[in-house]
Amino acid sequence: MFGRLTLEAFQHEASQGSAVIMMLFSGIAIIALLSYFKRWKWLWNEWLTTVDPKRIGMMYIFVALLMFLKGFADALMMRLQQALSVGESHGFLSSGHFQEVFSAHGTTMIFFVAMGLIFGLMNLIIPLQIGARDVAFPFVNALGFWLFASGALLTLVSLAIGRFSTAGWLAYPPLSGIEYSPGEGVDYWIWMLQIAGVGSTLSGINFLVTILKMRCPGMTLMKMPIFVWSALCSMVLVIFAFPILTATLVMLTLDRYLGMHFFTAGGGGNPMMYINLIWAWGHPEVYILILPIFGIFSEVVPTFSEKRLFGYVSMVWALVLITFLSFIVWLHHFFTMGASPKVNAFFGFMTMLIAIPTGVKIFNWLFTKFRGRVHFSSPMLWFFAFVLNFSIGGMTGVLLSSPPVDFQLHNSLFLIAHFHGMVIGGVLFGFFAGFTYWFPKFSGFVLDEKLNRYAFWCWLSGFLLAFMPLYMLGFMGATRRLDHYEAATGWHPLFIAVGIGALIMLCGGAIQCFGLFWSFKNRQMHWDQTGGDPWNGRTLEWSVPSPPPIYNFAIIPTVDQLDPFWAIKQGEAPPPQQDYEEIHLPKNTPIGLFIGMLSLLFGFAMVWHLMWLALASLIAIIACLVIRLSAKDEHQIISIAQVKEMEMACSRRNQVL
Amino acid sequence: MSQSLTLHHTRELHPDTRVPDPHQETFPKTLLGFWMYLMTDCLLFGTLFATYAVLQHQTFGAPSSRELLSLSTAFSETMILLFSSVTCGFAMLSAQQNKKKGVMAWLAFSFLLGISFVLIEGREFRDLVQEGNSWTKSAFLSSFFTLVGTHGLHVSVGLLWMGVVMAQVYWVGITIETFRRLAVFSLFWHFLDLVWIFIFTFVYLMGVM
Repeated sequence: MFGRLTLEAFQHEASQGSAVIMMLFSGIAIIALLSYFKRWKWLWNEWLTTVDPKRIGMMYIFVALLMFLKGFADALMMRLQQALSVGESHGFLSSGHFQEVFSAHGTTMIFFVAMGLIFGLMNLIIPLQIGARDVAFPFVNALGFWLFASGALLTLVSLAIGRFSTAGWLAYPPLSGIEYSPGEGVDYWIWMLQIAGVGSTLSGINFLVTILKMRCPGMTLMKMPIFVWSALCSMVLVIFAFPILTATLVMLTLDRYLGMHFFTAGGGGNPMMYINLIWAWGHPEVYILILPIFGIFSEVVPTFSEKRLFGYVSMVWALVLITFLSFIVWLHHFFTMGASPKVNAFFGFMTMLIAIPTGVKIFNWLFTKFRGRVHFSSPMLWFFAFVLNFSIGGMTGVLLSSPPVDFQLHNSLFLIAHFHGMVIGGVLFGFFAGFTYWFPKFSGFVLDEKLNRYAFWCWLSGFLLAFMPLYMLGFMGATRRLDHYEAATGWHPLFIAVGIGALIMLCGGAIQCFGLFWSFKNRQMHWDQTGGDPWNGRTLEWSVPSPPPIYNFAIIPTVDQLDPFWAIKQGEAPPPQQDYEEIHLPKNTPIGLFIGMLSLLFGFAMVWHLMWLALASLIAIIACLVIRLSAKDEHQIISIAQVKEMEMACSRRNQVL
Repeated sequence: MSQSLTLHHTRELHPDTRVPDPHQETFPKTLLGFWMYLMTDCLLFGTLFATYAVLQHQTFGAPSSRELLSLSTAFSETMILLFSSVTCGFAMLSAQQNKKKGVMAWLAFSFLLGISFVLIEGREFRDLVQEGNSWTKSAFLSSFFTLVGTHGLHVSVGLLWMGVVMAQVYWVGITIETFRRLAVFSLFWHFLDLVWIFIFTFVYLMGVM
């Protein structure tokens, strides 16, 4: 009846136990608040069943930020442990728990934070930038989100029930095989990734078709904003890479559940094949995350320089080239596997080549600022920090791409410093820039600039303090995933510095949380007086009121150049004619939510071998799909009168303020 | 299917086209989206094929493909699946001519052929397991069962889907919506045929020869 689920699964070490209790309390508090304010109906109608990409985007970012808290807590635990656990002292985490923590940290940050932030921003921005009212497949989009969310929820469930994987964030076999990891940890890892991965594939298809098919009249491919281009490239990568992940996870699942021999040490299996396959997905995944960030900076820099982006065409080709190259470099993650020197040399060379298009981009941004009117607002500050960190990280990356050097630095903290430079200095700082930049579009008020700046300086200095010493530690021989070391190594002071750096970053994060709250509280003071264009923007999203009405554009714009909104403001293009029309939008549906929650149930059942529950939820999922497939395509129609009224309300709101 | 016919259907039946809005063209979007999905599925199979290529000689003392696989069974499976593709194509032709009975009949044919394919494959798997050559024996057998089984699973899902489409055509008739779903389904069905041809070539023909 209960499969492998026993009471033991609910017993944890003190630190984890307190996290679980905190989680339960916040859950209860949220339910109580919703009931007290009678907001259940609102939650259901406006959010849970929505197919509006703007709402879905906000939910993505909400879930991702929640998971960010968890991933950050994991990181702090590791750094605290490493600052304490030297010589006689053994810190506060057991080795086993430490392994769970670093596995969970990587998995959470990549799959549920970075991916969530990227998909969130794309949901918010892409339809607005291409002049569309919706995405191509609104239901698939909602389904993709709910699968992502249920993967994230499964991570939280693993915190409370049972243990997480101890096999690292990519679960290399044979360690992740049933022989060496007989527990439920790796199964949790498999199912949370499998569920979220299917969601990502679906979202990838949705956005690719949206960008290819739903651009407004006149917006040819070479007139798309660079953010849309970067999303297009990133979605191509999703479509090519995620099926490999799905298949690889299926094979690992079969090894573990049915005793197959794909990656086992015995039976003729080949563990190195897993590592090849997982990186054939994993390397493109890195670019799936960073390409949209390049897109964000390509929007931020021209806006805050009041100048057209320098080298648009070269920017596009650089994106395309990176997309292509990212598929032929995966082997640089394991030069030490023992492939022949020729193979290693090829992959090393290809890796170095990627630096060229990336360098083109950096120079394009710098030349955009040249002779521009540069405003040093906080999105721009994030850009400066990005250039600094991304250049350092990029150069150490080129260093690592040389196989002989890699043999020295493989799995050392040098590598950790390199890729955190890319992921924090690149993806996270880029997201912060985009978040600050686009926040007023969806809220109507700007974030408090002073607090933004405090947070920025905390993040930047904290980051440098937390990761620059890791380069040194890597050279001194410190490997990754250490939970204890001897005092004679001389690493202790550096690890303490690293811990302090992490705490300073925590301050940055805390200031941002407070800033959100503070700006919301004083939103009257921070109100965007322009009614939708606080930064003197260039692209279409700034031409609609903030927050945008549900249909985005009352009149579908027609475009004949890059930066169409800028052209209108400069008098180089005619403003759109006010001629409203009936608008068709898809109706809300709860089926995406149902399938997401059933997938969570299915994943949980599979982890604990509750086969009856797994079968039941699978049948329920199929039933939901059949119902959806048989439903009539239902649209809601917004009449001309309603459109007029909503547009009037927007302009009236701006006049009052 | 010819473009003019789908356009014809769109003009006749699709409610969205009453609105002069380019954003409501569901048919071409769905078609492109489904092609994208098929490409992801293709890569999934590509990964399994690559794995099979790496592991096919790792028999670990268990029998190899030459000793285990029967060409005649695989050939009959191929023929059955190819024929089901043909009948599915005829169903599409009937749908374009708005002949509901024709659609139902041809789909029923495809269904029978599809189900016999699954049954034959199931029998093949059962025989292998009963002779003691299950997927736990060697890496080769693991990858064989996974590659061929994944295709079989796709066919089974396709059968379920075909049932749903048939029910819709039966109850609703041929409207632009059922036509679109039928078109998408037939793409899926032909795609499975294509994958099977690769399986037949790489696993059976090259494995036995």
